[in-house]
Amino acid sequence: MLDCPIKKAFVSPMSVSMLRAVLLFPLFCLTLLCAPFSARAAMEIQVIGGAANKIAVAMVPFQAAPGQPNPALTQIAGDDLNRSGQFRLVDVGGAQQPVVPAQVDYGVWRGKGADALVVGQVTAQPGGRLEIRFHLLDVLKQTQLAAYSYTITAGQWRATAHQIADLIYAKLTGIPGAFSTRIAYVQKQGRRYELRVADADGQNPRTVVRSNESVISPMFSPDGSQIVYVSFEDKKPVVYVQSLRDGHRRKLAAFKGSNSAPAWTPDGRRLAVVLTRDGASQIYMINADGGGLTRLTRGSNIDTEPVFSPDGQTLYFTSDRGGSPQIYRMAASGGDAKRVTFNGSYNVSPAISPDGRYLAYISRDGGRFSVTLQELASGQTRVLTDTARDESPSFAPNGQAVLYATVQGEQGILGTVSLDGKTRARLSESGVDAREPVWGP
Amino acid sequence: MNKILWPILVALTLSACGTTGGTQATVEDRTGGTAGTTSTGQGTETTGVGGSGVAGNAMGDQYSGDPRKNPASPLSKRSVFFDYDSFVVKDEYRPMLEAHAGYLMSKRDAHVILQGNADERGSREYNLALGQKRAEAVRKALAVLGVSDAQMEAISFGEEKPRNEGHTDEAYAENRRTDVVYSDEK
Repeated sequence: MLDCPIKKAFVSPMSVSMLRAVLLFPLFCLTLLCAPFSARAAMEIQVIGGAANKIAVAMVPFQAAPGQPNPALTQIAGDDLNRSGQFRLVDVGGAQQPVVPAQVDYGVWRGKGADALVVGQVTAQPGGRLEIRFHLLDVLKQTQLAAYSYTITAGQWRATAHQIADLIYAKLTGIPGAFSTRIAYVQKQGRRYELRVADADGQNPRTVVRSNESVISPMFSPDGSQIVYVSFEDKKPVVYVQSLRDGHRRKLAAFKGSNSAPAWTPDGRRLAVVLTRDGASQIYMINADGGGLTRLTRGSNIDTEPVFSPDGQTLYFTSDRGGSPQIYRMAASGGDAKRVTFNGSYNVSPAISPDGRYLAYISRDGGRFSVTLQELASGQTRVLTDTARDESPSFAPNGQAVLYATVQGEQGILGTVSLDGKTRARLSESGVDAREPVWGP
Repeated sequence: MNKILWPILVALTLSACGTTGGTQATVEDRTGGTAGTTSTGQGTETTGVGGSGVAGNAMGDQYSGDPRKNPASPLSKRSVFFDYDSFVVKDEYRPMLEAHAGYLMSKRDAHVILQGNADERGSREYNLALGQKRAEAVRKALAVLGVSDAQMEAISFGEEKPRNEGHTDEAYAENRRTDVVYSDEK
């Protein structure tokens, strides 16, 4: 359904420019210039638990325009807010259905326990465009917190819903939303592997690589324009970098032996990769253009899964130098490594939160592999999941959730979990095996 | 083998078109090669490199009395299995590795890929490194026996190409393995 004729091509969303261009009340119209997205197979959301003090939001379905896309904007944005675990959606059934603030009877919504109320409308415009206007209202103070309008094509429907969710989230929590970001993951169907890029809610998946051989370890470049991954199509692991704009790709690391575990530096200029050209699996640095190879770790054991701290100064990685796989850190410029994980005999796959405070990783306990969070300053840890075969944790760009893979009923699925472990949402598509997720900008 | 039969075999194999149809028995002999080198497994749409790259004359090498195919020879054995969390090449593989070392030293243009594998439990990247460690253990054993570094490449498939796709201890044991695959047998 992508307009682009090249299968691997991927249309970059407009999120950043759109967010910047959005203007506060009075209403402005904004025309979004981007190729349309397509809505594809549904992924479901299951919120398993939740925090006690959630913000209660009533989202009144926007007054609809004839022939507008489905599902409703308030449905998509409400799912986003619900999945974060920080919100409780108030049942709007049986109540008045205001479209503009002047129609709101605040007493009704206070009676329903709502802290905030969202009202709006969709109207058809010439040329098949849609105008969306919405208002975010503080029910207790009876004031307007924000009001926005967009003029979009039908193809921008879901992206607009995520923008609305981001705006509500930011206004009510003070933290930027991450609903307009993207994830990547690998889907396996039979013997076919597809590297896919999807919206953060798992919807709108676009395939960027199709292969008969496995693909692992994808990671977005810091600016989101490229994706790096390990492909086995050459009968050995080779690291590729691919443009998400035009699908063009090149080999970044194809040295003798195995090439794997790529990780961008935060400035996007270099990558850490794991090579075996000198024997053991060791961490090297390589320029994004493939030049300037230097060796970073110098051991005879396994050093792998490198990842940089957000300031680029520290490298976290997995090593078996102490006899069992544990996570270590070292200066990004090299030098001595310090052990970071101590509980248990198998701690792997480090991810660092955007604020640098937390380490998420996979810890084995009695044959169960679970997403675990460590506060780096205190060393305190918390198991975030109750599943047994978790892999590949990565943080949301706003640091408020961890994306991971796990297995349910022999099928690989993707999930998100809040940092308190109380809200777990499942992003899953029935009948396919999803693995190797990563959260991108 | 019989040199008179050879052209007929080639003709039969080529006419089979499926490329594996006529070669089943031989392919199964070289157990290590099946998972790693199935040419029909090629094909990634981003490159446009598709289909089988197997040429008739390349396949011919497999059927002309190659000593590596002789079931009676330790050269026909291609897999080294490892204990759980272990990278030690057990003594039972010494005759097999000595035979391959001898072959490689007698044929300096021969080249082997040592394909390490791991069971599926845990991180894919860490399993890739574990498989590499197993491939490297076999590479070092062959190097000690005199094989030149230029004739060997140790790589890993990690948990990505399990020979046994089950989730039992037996399946895991079968997947903790290094396969010796000759480049000309691809």
